[in-house]
Amino acid sequence: MTESQVDNPTPDAPVTYGLLAEFEDVDTLLHAAVGVRDAGFRRWDCFSPFPVHGLNKAMGMKDTRLPRLVFGGGVAGLGIAVAMTVYTMSADTLDVHYALQSYPYLISGKPYNSFPAFIPVIFELTVLLSAFAAVFGMLGLNRLPRLHHPLFNSERFRRATTDRFFIAVEADDEKYDEPAVRRLFEELGASHVEVIEDND
Amino acid sequence: MTTLTPDNLQDAASANLADDPRRRAPLVTGDQDFASVTETVTHLALRKPPRAWYIAFGISMALLGLLGVLILYLILSGVGVWGNNQPVAWGFPIVNFVFWVGIGHAGTLISAILFLFRQNWRTGINRFAEAMTIFAVVCAGLFPGIHVGRLWLAYWLVPYPNQMAMWPNFRSPLLWDVFAVGTYATVSLLFWYVGMIPDLATLRDRATTKIRKIVYGLLALGWRGSNRHWQRFEKAYLLLAALATPLVLSVHSVVSFDFAVSQVPGWHTTIFPPYFVAGAIFGGFAMVLALAIPARQWFGLKDLITPRHVDNMAKILLGVGLMVTYAYATEVFIAWYGQSPNEQFAFINRAFGQSGWAYWVMVTCNCFIPQLLWFGKLRRNLWLLWGVAVAVNVGMWFERFVIILSLERDFVPSSWGQFMPTWVDMGMLVGSFGLFFTLFLLFCRYLPMVAIAEVKTVMPQAHAGHGDKQYDDVETDESGTADYRIP
Repeated sequence: MTESQVDNPTPDAPVTYGLLAEFEDVDTLLHAAVGVRDAGFRRWDCFSPFPVHGLNKAMGMKDTRLPRLVFGGGVAGLGIAVAMTVYTMSADTLDVHYALQSYPYLISGKPYNSFPAFIPVIFELTVLLSAFAAVFGMLGLNRLPRLHHPLFNSERFRRATTDRFFIAVEADDEKYDEPAVRRLFEELGASHVEVIEDND
Repeated sequence: MTTLTPDNLQDAASANLADDPRRRAPLVTGDQDFASVTETVTHLALRKPPRAWYIAFGISMALLGLLGVLILYLILSGVGVWGNNQPVAWGFPIVNFVFWVGIGHAGTLISAILFLFRQNWRTGINRFAEAMTIFAVVCAGLFPGIHVGRLWLAYWLVPYPNQMAMWPNFRSPLLWDVFAVGTYATVSLLFWYVGMIPDLATLRDRATTKIRKIVYGLLALGWRGSNRHWQRFEKAYLLLAALATPLVLSVHSVVSFDFAVSQVPGWHTTIFPPYFVAGAIFGGFAMVLALAIPARQWFGLKDLITPRHVDNMAKILLGVGLMVTYAYATEVFIAWYGQSPNEQFAFINRAFGQSGWAYWVMVTCNCFIPQLLWFGKLRRNLWLLWGVAVAVNVGMWFERFVIILSLERDFVPSSWGQFMPTWVDMGMLVGSFGLFFTLFLLFCRYLPMVAIAEVKTVMPQAHAGHGDKQYDDVETDESGTADYRIP
C-alpha cells in the first residue's frame, strides 16, 4: 500500500499521478520550464525526444553526482588490478586456501614483481570498472530499468520520443492544485493538457 | 548510384558540400523535421525489408553455416587442419584476428574521439559504425578462441582462484590481449547500447505488433525522455567517450605488443603500437565506407548520411592512409639505419623474398590506391570511393599477413619454411565475413541504424531561438550546432 492509497477512500478508483502538458517546440518548452520553475514546483519534469540545450538551467537543476561514482569505479578497478597482479605474480606463499595462494614463477630471469609489465592489465581493468560505474550508475540514479510508468498511460505521450515536448507536474507536489496548474500550463503556451492517472 | 551532377548540385547538396568557412554545412539535408527523421530511421526497423535484404541475408547465413561446420571439423580433427606449422605457427587465425580487431576500431573512434572533438557530423554514421565495431570484435574474438587448440579450456585465460592453484602470467602480452580485447568488447557494447536506449524507446512507442512492443519495451528499459534522465545520460555518454578514447588507442597497441615484445626480426620494433593503431583506424574507416555507401543508397538514408559525411570519411581515409604509408617508410628506414643484419634481411626478404608479392599487394592497396582521394571529383564518385575502401580492406588484411610471414625466415636458416594456407583456412576467412554480415544485416533489420535522438540535436530547430516563436526569458542558443541551419 502506498501512501496515496491510504488517503484514497475507494482503493479501486484510480489515483491521480499529475498533470501533463504538451508543447510544440523547443522555445515554448524552455519558456514553460522557466515558468514552472519560478512558480515554485519541486516534483516536476520535462520530457523531450532529445536532450534540449539550456533546459537544465531553465529547470534549475543541479549537477549530477555521476562523475564521482565513475571516479570511484576507476579507483576500485585500479586497486583490484594492482593487488591481483602484484600478489599473484610476486607475493610469498601465505597460509591461505590453496586456490588463493600466489603463484610466483620465474620466466626468462625477469623479476617476480615486473610492475611495468602489469600496466596493460591495470589500465584495462581501471577503464572497465569506470565504464561499469558510468553505465550502471546512470541507470541506477535514473531509477531505470522499470517496466511501467504512469505517464505511459497517455496515448499522446508516445510522441515524447518523436517530436513533442512535455512537462508533467506530479500530484504529490506540495503546491499541486489541478485547476491552477492547468491554468499555468495554458498561459505558458501548452497545446494540450491532460490528467494522468496512476492505476498500478 | 548517384554521382553529383551539375543538376543535383544546385539544391541542398551544394550547400552541404560547400567549403565556405563562414558558415557550417547543414548536417541533415532535405526538408526534414523531427517526425520525418524518426520516420526515416524507424520505418527500416518496423516495416518489411526490401528483397535485397533477404538475398544478402541468405548468402551471409550460408557463409556463417560454412564457418560453423569448419569449426566443428577443427574441434573434431585438431589444429592440423590449418596450414599453421613451424616456423609459421600463427598463420591465418592470428592474421584474421588482427584484421578484424583492427576493423573494430573505427566505430569507437567515431563515437568517442569525434565526439570529444565536437565533430557533429558523426551523428549520421556513429550508430552503425559502432554496430560494425561490435560485430568485428565478435569475429576477432573467435579466432584466438579457436586457435588455442583445446578450446574447451579457453576459460583458463581468465584469472580466477582454481583447484590447480595456478594463475595466468600477467607478464605475457598474450594475456594483456585478453584484457584489452575483453575490455574493449565490453565497453564498446555498453557504449553502443546506452546510446541506443532513447532510440529503442522511439521504436517501442511506434511498434505495432505485440512481440515488438514487448521486446523493444524491455530493451528500452522504461526510457521516457525525462530531462532529469537526459542530464545523467549525457554525462554518462561523455564519460564513456572519455574512457573509450584511451581504450581504443590501447587495444591495438596491446595487440601490437604480441609482436613487438618478441625477438623476431621485423616484429621487435618500437614503432608497432602507433603503426598498428593507425592501420586499425585505416581499415576500420574503409569498412565503414564500404558499408555506408550501399546502406545509404538502399535504405533511403541519403538525407542523414549526406554527401558531406561521405566526403569527410574519404578525407579521413586519405589522411590515415598517409600515416600508414609513413609508418611503412619509417620501418624500412630504421631497418637500414639500425644496422642489424637480421633486421635488414627481414625487410629485404619481405619485399623481394619468396612471399614478396604479398608485400606489394599491401603497398599498392594501402599506399598507392588511396592517393586517388586527393581529388574531390574522384571522392564524389561513389563507385570509385567504394572500390578504394574495399582495396584498403584487402590491403590491411595483407599487411597482417606480411607481418606473420616474417616467421618464414627466422634467425636460423635450418628452420626456414614456407606457409601454405589450407582450404580450411580459406573457408574460415570467408566464413568470418558470413558471421560479420549476418550480424550486421540483423542489426539493419531490427535496430535503429542511425542515432535518431542525436541527429535531432544537430538540427537547427532543436535549439532555442531558431523556431517561429520568441520569448524574452529564453536565451538564444548560439553555441552548439545552431549555426548548422542554411541561411
